Amino acid sequence: MRIKRYRGLFIQVIVSTLFISIVALFINNLSVNLLRAGLGLNFSWLFRSAGFALAEHPLPYSPSSSYAWALFMGWLNSLKVISSSLLIATLIGFLVGFASTGTNTLLRILSKLYVTLIRQTPLLLQLMFWYFVGFLSIQGEIFSPIKGMLSLSNQGIILSGINLSPEFSSLLVGLGIFTAAYISEVVRGGINSVPIGQWEAFRSLGLSENDGLYKIIMPQALPAILPGLTSQYLNLAKNSTLAIAVGYADIYAIGDTVITQTGRAIEGFLLLLLSFLLLNLIISNLMELLNKYILTYKQR
Amino acid sequence: MRRFLVGMASMSLLLGGCATTSEVNQSRLDLIKERNELVCGVSGKIPGFSFLESDGRYQGIDVDICKAFAAAFVGNPDKVQYRPLTAAERFTAVRTGEVDLLSRNTTVNLSRDSSGGNGLTFAPVIFHDGQGLMVKRNSRINNINGLARKSICVGSGTTTEQNINDAFEAISLPYTPIKYQDLDQVIQGYSQGRCAAMTSDRSQLAAARSSFASPKDHIILEDVLSKEPLAPASLGGDQKLSDAMRWVIYSLISAEEQGITKDNIDEKLKMAKENSQLKPLRRFLGVEGDLGEKLGLDNDFVVKVIRATGNYGEIYDRHLGPDSDVPIPRSLNEIYTKGGVHISPPFN
Repeated sequence: MRIKRYRGLFIQVIVSTLFISIVALFINNLSVNLLRAGLGLNFSWLFRSAGFALAEHPLPYSPSSSYAWALFMGWLNSLKVISSSLLIATLIGFLVGFASTGTNTLLRILSKLYVTLIRQTPLLLQLMFWYFVGFLSIQGEIFSPIKGMLSLSNQGIILSGINLSPEFSSLLVGLGIFTAAYISEVVRGGINSVPIGQWEAFRSLGLSENDGLYKIIMPQALPAILPGLTSQYLNLAKNSTLAIAVGYADIYAIGDTVITQTGRAIEGFLLLLLSFLLLNLIISNLMELLNKYILTYKQR
Repeated sequence: MRRFLVGMASMSLLLGGCATTSEVNQSRLDLIKERNELVCGVSGKIPGFSFLESDGRYQGIDVDICKAFAAAFVGNPDKVQYRPLTAAERFTAVRTGEVDLLSRNTTVNLSRDSSGGNGLTFAPVIFHDGQGLMVKRNSRINNINGLARKSICVGSGTTTEQNINDAFEAISLPYTPIKYQDLDQVIQGYSQGRCAAMTSDRSQLAAARSSFASPKDHIILEDVLSKEPLAPASLGGDQKLSDAMRWVIYSLISAEEQGITKDNIDEKLKMAKENSQLKPLRRFLGVEGDLGEKLGLDNDFVVKVIRATGNYGEIYDRHLGPDSDVPIPRSLNEIYTKGGVHISPPFN
């Protein structure tokens, strides 16, 4: 018994040593090569003036602002598009998920079609489609149900006075619809994981289909849905880097410009990595909180 | 004891890591010769400069420069592997050694040339360009002031982005840049009406306009926002490769100065061999002396280059001349005897 335990420990030590050595080797390699090329890591350029304008910036920005501020604007732009398309994706995803497990055959077929179509085509292509074919080729205002409240044109979406650029709009729609297809599958899987007896039980109690779904099925399905949902949210955040293809100034697009202007590729990519880590940590921690809340709620 | 062993193991691994990164001082030129192939970074998307034709071959002035290098370095203009690179990728590709050199309409400037900047070294300029603006003819915009508060489509990761900004700062007018990664998207964004104008090098604007359904509906404004001297580039600190590149370009220009062409090169070579008093010509064509050897090339590298691509004027006419698909007047790009700025130092 004792030997067995030691053997397990020994293997763990070997593996972690190997892992640490490999990481150390990479870091060593990087720093040695950087020094050799006369390029020690240096971040002082961050505070020099950027010298490029931005089409969209949530806080005041001018070309004389610093590179650091420009990158921060990009990060906020990313956060803006990620959080809003996350909402849309969740909304559509859950609705489609319900539809695909529901009793209405037409809705089931339609949602199946939607999921198949979206999942079998690349996201980059879909974004280009929404941008160049969807928004930019609109002639005049095609959709303006309430004057001044909501309008759709090749200048983007105007929503109660807030003007969303076509770049932002197409990214919002593209990312939202793409991720919703995956979320709907996660939701469907979660609902299907609830034993069929639960459905029979609430039906025999005389609860309506909707009431049963919300009060009986969903509380049991949610714990199975949440982990999958979290990873779809993280994917959405990472997919937002495709923004550059449709001209939206997200953190990656701005990082790209900063790197070519300063020639500081390694520092630039390190900052990009860190900023995505930060974005995704925010998302996964929030989801963790939600998960805990739901679990304790269920126990009560 | 175990901990000690583990510590020793990781230490030795670390030391091993250090050992593998020790200096290897080989010129890229030797590597190219060893490989018997040149890896050339091009754009692949600019008609007249480097463009992937429908038969799958790259064509253009930048591509012919790659061929000239390959002819000089490995003796065969077809031993080239072309790597299409975006503007943002190109410097990293040289830095990491993914390509041997760039022949990709790259503007020379101080930051890119210096060791504290992008750390590149540039060969002589092969095309003098300037940044311009293209607008729709019916927009009634006729100079840069007319573009105030309008959106302008621009490619990211290029000097164009900085120049357009400087130009608007200088006249203290605001504008909105719509930034795309690729020239293709810039062109598409402009032609779909997202922007009132698109900006790029004037040669690229001309090339883009030639692909529009009705080129006459678009005008290139008179404003020239910048000097854009385009030149091939390689990683700095490799004198052997950069010298070889420099003198291959000069040989193209010098050949035009001397009237040596693809058609008469054999005749000129025969003439040089028969007349020992034609010293400069004999040195230039490698009949006499060891100019090529000094560069780490064959002495007759000029002959191989001219046989492969012709002289600078021939390359220009083939891709940008009046009968080509993208005609651009030579003006500044003439050799110095005809009022341009191209001149070669002596081959001594």
